[in-house]
Order: sequence, then structure tokens, then C-alpha cells
Amino acid sequence: MALNVGDTHEAVVVENVQRTHIVKYAGASGDFNPLHHDDVAANKMAGYPSVFAHGMLSMGLTGRMLTDWLGPDALKKFGVRFTKQVWPGDTLTSRGEVTAVANGEATIKVVTVNQNGESVVEGEAIAAV
Amino acid sequence: MAEGYEFPVDRTQVMLFARSLGDIRPEYSDPNDAATKAVGGIVVPPTFVQCSAHWQPDYPLDLTRPRKGAAPAHRGDGGGGGLGRGLHAEQHYEYHNPVHAGDTLTVTTHPGERWEKEGRRGGKLLFSESITEYRNQDGVLCVTARSIGVQTERAVDA
Repeated sequence: MALNVGDTHEAVVVENVQRTHIVKYAGASGDFNPLHHDDVAANKMAGYPSVFAHGMLSMGLTGRMLTDWLGPDALKKFGVRFTKQVWPGDTLTSRGEVTAVANGEATIKVVTVNQNGESVVEGEAIAAV
Repeated sequence: MAEGYEFPVDRTQVMLFARSLGDIRPEYSDPNDAATKAVGGIVVPPTFVQCSAHWQPDYPLDLTRPRKGAAPAHRGDGGGGGLGRGLHAEQHYEYHNPVHAGDTLTVTTHPGERWEKEGRRGGKLLFSESITEYRNQDGVLCVTARSIGVQTERAVDA
């Protein structure tokens, strides 16, 4: 698809994260770290107040914003840093912005924020255009 | 794990994974949809290769997996987060060729860099990287994944 510098796309990728969302991701991905599904273990193992979502759930949801925008076969690269944990009750919004287009590839700055505007995932994607 | 293991890409697994991300696009579940045919059959979400955990013999983050013998120890050398104070710091993918349902990927992982940093939220931070390559049944490199894990001295605040 045609992309130009400054093009943006934004989408709410999950509203009010439930433990069920997190458990569903655990089952699908195979990541059964108790930190993500067992409140008692999350507290006992590492002092967390509750379970929190897998970073890869946040990245996967962020990826959905990209594929909804660009299609399922456009990405060449996709990379993120996990900047904040995602807790039950959070609502996440993902945004992409084209920062460069050259040689048939668009560079897209990617960020996902929670309901307080704090970023939980920051990164970059390269897409074929 | 230099010799690698096989990860068969199953259509049901693709559907389940897409569903866990709230994604209902037909290219992830319906082989008869025109959109799916246009991409050469069922394709996978950008982070799908994480599902190889189900097939990784020494995958450490499934403590109740039935096994012969003792469960593997978590080595804390990248590969995402970890138990206790381990967290997933970064994840990067490079997509070389498409993955389709029905492919059998061979997965090989090797450790990358390790480094240390003084953090603001969790005390001293120990970073480690692992690089995983996914090749299909024709030996074609499809995806390269680079995962950076971090061990913190203290629990990171909410």
C-alpha cells in the first residue's frame, strides 16, 4: 500500500485487560510463567501486586494495529522495547507513524500507551510499500 | 540448542494465537477466503513464532509440562522474560519469507551479547540476548527473532 511520511494509524487494541485475556495468550503462546496467571505466585516469587500481561501480548496487540493498517504480509521488520508492565484493568491504544519512506520501504515509529498515556511498548517497524 | 527442533505450523494453532490477540482477520483462519488465497494460504501474525515454545524441549516457562525426568532449569540467558525477577526487555523480528500453515519450521537458538546497566527502577540490571532462526521445510530462512531479557535486583514497581 502507498505510505507517505507523516501518515498515522491509531487503534484501541484491548479494552480493560482481563485475566482471561492474559490466560488465553498464555495458552496460545505456551508461555506459562506463573507471573502471568497466578496472583499468589506473582506476589510470592517477585513481590508483584498481581499478575501482569506478557510483554509479548502487548507486542502482539501492537502488531495487530500494524497488520490491520498495512495487511498481513507487509512487515519486513518489527521490534519493540517493553517500557512498562500491563496490568489487569488496563486499556491499550497503539499508534503508528511513518517517519521515512525510501527504496520501497516505510519506517514506522510504533508506540502503545495505557489509559494514563504511559507507553508500554515503543519500537519501530519496516514495511514494504 | 544448536541442533534445533521442529515446530509444525498448525492451522488451529494459528487461529488460537490470532484469537488471543483479538485478531479475526480471515488470513489467519479461513483457507477459502479470497484474502487468504491472495496471500498463498493461511499466514501467521507477526509474533506467531513465539508459539514454538510448545515444541521447545527445554522450554523453561512451563513448570507443569509433563516430562520424562526433571524440568529444565531457567538459565536466565535471554529468550524473553523469566521466573522471579526476570523480565522481557526487548523483542525484534526480521521477516525474510512468509510462514504458512502446514509449514514445518526448524528452530535454532544461540546466545548473543550480555551486558550490565544501573537501572532507576529495579537496581542493577543484567541484560542478555538470544537469537532464534526459523527455517522452513525447504531450508529457507523465514524469521529471525532477537530477544533481550533482563534480570533485576528488585521487583519493578507498577
